[in-house]
Amino acid sequence: MQKDNDILLLKGNEAIAHAAIRYGYDGFFGYPITPQSEILETLALLKPWETTGMVVLQSESEVASINMIYAGGGSGKCVLTSSSSVGVSLMQEVIPYMAICEVPGLIVSVQRGGPGLGTIQPSQSDYRQATCGGGNGDYHTIVLAPCSVQESCNMVGLAKELMMKWRTPVIILSDGSIGQMMEKCILPPYTPRRTDEEIRRQCPWATNGLGLKGRKPNVMTSLELDQALMEKRNRELQKKYARIQQEEVRAEHYHTEDAETLIVAFGSAARISMGAIDNLRQQGHKVGLLRPVTLWPFPEKEILELASRMKRIVVVELNEGQMLRDVQWASQFRCPIEFIGHSGGVIITPDEITRKISEMGKL
Amino acid sequence: MKTPSTLNTPNTPNNSEFSEYNLMDEKTIKSPQNIVYQKPRLMNDIPMHYCPGCGHSIVHKLVAEILDEMGIEEKTIGVCPVGCAVFAYRYLDIDWIEAAHGRAPACASALKRLWPEHLVFTYQGDGDLACIGTGETIQTLNRGENITVIFINNAIYGMTGGQMAPTTLMGMKTSTCPYGRQADLHGFPLKISDIAATLEGTCYVTRQAENTVGNIARAKKAIRQAFENSLQGRGSSLVEIVSTCSAGWKMTPVQSNQWLAENMLPYYPLGDLKNIKD
Amino acid sequence: MKEEIIISGFGGQGVLSMGKILAYAGIIEGKEVTWMPSYGPEQRGGTANVTVILSDERITSPVLNTYDTAIVLNQPSLERFMPLVKPGGTLIYDPSSILTPPMRKDINVYSIEAMAEAARMKNGKVFNMLLLGGLIKVRPIVSVEDVVEGLHRTLPERHHHLIPMNEEAIRHGMEIIREENKA
Repeated sequence: MQKDNDILLLKGNEAIAHAAIRYGYDGFFGYPITPQSEILETLALLKPWETTGMVVLQSESEVASINMIYAGGGSGKCVLTSSSSVGVSLMQEVIPYMAICEVPGLIVSVQRGGPGLGTIQPSQSDYRQATCGGGNGDYHTIVLAPCSVQESCNMVGLAKELMMKWRTPVIILSDGSIGQMMEKCILPPYTPRRTDEEIRRQCPWATNGLGLKGRKPNVMTSLELDQALMEKRNRELQKKYARIQQEEVRAEHYHTEDAETLIVAFGSAARISMGAIDNLRQQGHKVGLLRPVTLWPFPEKEILELASRMKRIVVVELNEGQMLRDVQWASQFRCPIEFIGHSGGVIITPDEITRKISEMGKL
Repeated sequence: MKTPSTLNTPNTPNNSEFSEYNLMDEKTIKSPQNIVYQKPRLMNDIPMHYCPGCGHSIVHKLVAEILDEMGIEEKTIGVCPVGCAVFAYRYLDIDWIEAAHGRAPACASALKRLWPEHLVFTYQGDGDLACIGTGETIQTLNRGENITVIFINNAIYGMTGGQMAPTTLMGMKTSTCPYGRQADLHGFPLKISDIAATLEGTCYVTRQAENTVGNIARAKKAIRQAFENSLQGRGSSLVEIVSTCSAGWKMTPVQSNQWLAENMLPYYPLGDLKNIKD
Repeated sequence: MKEEIIISGFGGQGVLSMGKILAYAGIIEGKEVTWMPSYGPEQRGGTANVTVILSDERITSPVLNTYDTAIVLNQPSLERFMPLVKPGGTLIYDPSSILTPPMRKDINVYSIEAMAEAARMKNGKVFNMLLLGGLIKVRPIVSVEDVVEGLHRTLPERHHHLIPMNEEAIRHGMEIIREENKA
């Protein structure tokens, strides 16, 4: 039974802060940038160090933040950071270290218009940065794309599960509209933070000194000067990625059963597309939506299956066509694929999607 | 090489000097009461990659000795730099995390806050600490993170082959200032410890050297004090150790030690820059 | 039930917090709610608007093209949002900040002298509560009781002594709203 004060009206950003405390995270390290500063502000206001013992630190830069996450996660703690586009670009320095050292950690990326400083308005133009690995080397991060405040909250819990299960960095790819929008949010009950003993048992690989007298030292390093050994590490990593692709794909269907036109959209673009689908269905168009919830691993099989029975796929994104390439590839072009998008912080409206899909005419 | 057991033969001359020695087999020699010097327990047998005469091996040994003496390896985390000491984790049997270039203080900040009872220290060179990582260094020390920063200043980039460092002396030749460091081209050598001493967050800033036996003993004392400060939560401690890089300086180890005394120490004088007790 | 509302005015008029209290009242009544602000660099006196949706069903798009109800508090807001009110929908405006009164005949138009009344009450802070009272009088989407409960939830405890004054303003707003046109 939820208590009344567990149902709150929260911004997406605020929900992430509450969720981090309640899901038993050990630390947050972040630097201010619009439109995500409410995450750090809310944590500062809630003072979790006095209740759950969670550490909150305003770092000197996004570069420092990601290094703090790397070290914290490397020591077996459950930690997160958050930033927006240009700030997440700075973090690319160390995300590859986390990937190859198999360090768990959560990076919340609340996208704004780019490239460069761009705008502070919502955008999805960091899809490729998140899903293709924005840093150096052959690696992936699990990428979760929330489309509501409630999902922003829940994904902080899911990310904790996934990053510990797979020992990998996880990105929650939100955007300015999900972050700034307020919705009803049912907060989860408190999960206690793990004790040192629990960390020792759960993370025998962690660099924290615990139990050192009975084991070999743990070292967290990406450096391997022997190229054959480095390739071996890479191959091991790829095996793990193949398993993640088998086991962790998540997607939501909206009216796909009888659809002839399929919209593929994620995050805020998916929410807006749902509004358009309601309008289009009233006008007699059979339109449905596939919303990838995990952007990596990408729901390739589902897209191929749907492409085989659709007359048309329309990809809707708040960018110039980034996920579009993944949809084209996954669908093997079994049906025509169109694109509707805006970039630089311009938000698409349901009417625009409705009009453009109506205008595409009969197939 | 002759070992005590091969010497212990009936043919050994019956000389009073040797007779006592003859009576000691290997076991006796290694018995605790007879040991006057040994490798620290936390130092392993992996051959070091450091050049002959390099200062890093000396400081590694000091760190291992102190951790041995304090017996705190189960609550110690070391943070390695990028630079010659990148492989420090190979030689000391404690848990280490290898930071990106210059970011060791950020790593250490998070570790100490997440493990407040632990000893967390970074081990960094001049390029790592005083150039690419200046921001992290200053901010970490200014926050007064309860960590120890061990700073090896040898005025050169060793691992990449002898390029100019932020601490390279005026007129000193390196591969990227082959005609000597000049103010108009390269700016001035950075006394980062002097800056660190002005920060409210630091409790202990000291400059030591490893070129003589006496200096090594003093450096050890300084590192020990810094570790104790960190465990007792007194604020940030920075121990700069003025060191040689005989390969980078293109000298023999002996010449390097002399050059250090004659050239480095006048610009980087030894002693405590700040020492606030309690 | 689904009500899509836009509230638009200047920053500092309490536009965003009025939307928040309305959304909270919706939560108390078990509805789904979405509050979507326009946002820009932190600035006083700039334009501010917020879209509030209350619905019994899952809310799809938080971004809208047309609205059931628009509350406009300055001339640019009137010009921008009046055309976007659905036929048969509702427009509420404050005459003291409007130069040309709304002319659409296919929507219900109401005026409320909230700014003048707040000045008369010598309390600028109740301006948005007067408006909120007017809104729930002509569009009874939530009850006064739940709005007051919403105030309890949104205001920090140290400001709870101000709630009776706000409740009074809400009830007063219900009285002073005037019908200008019936669709």
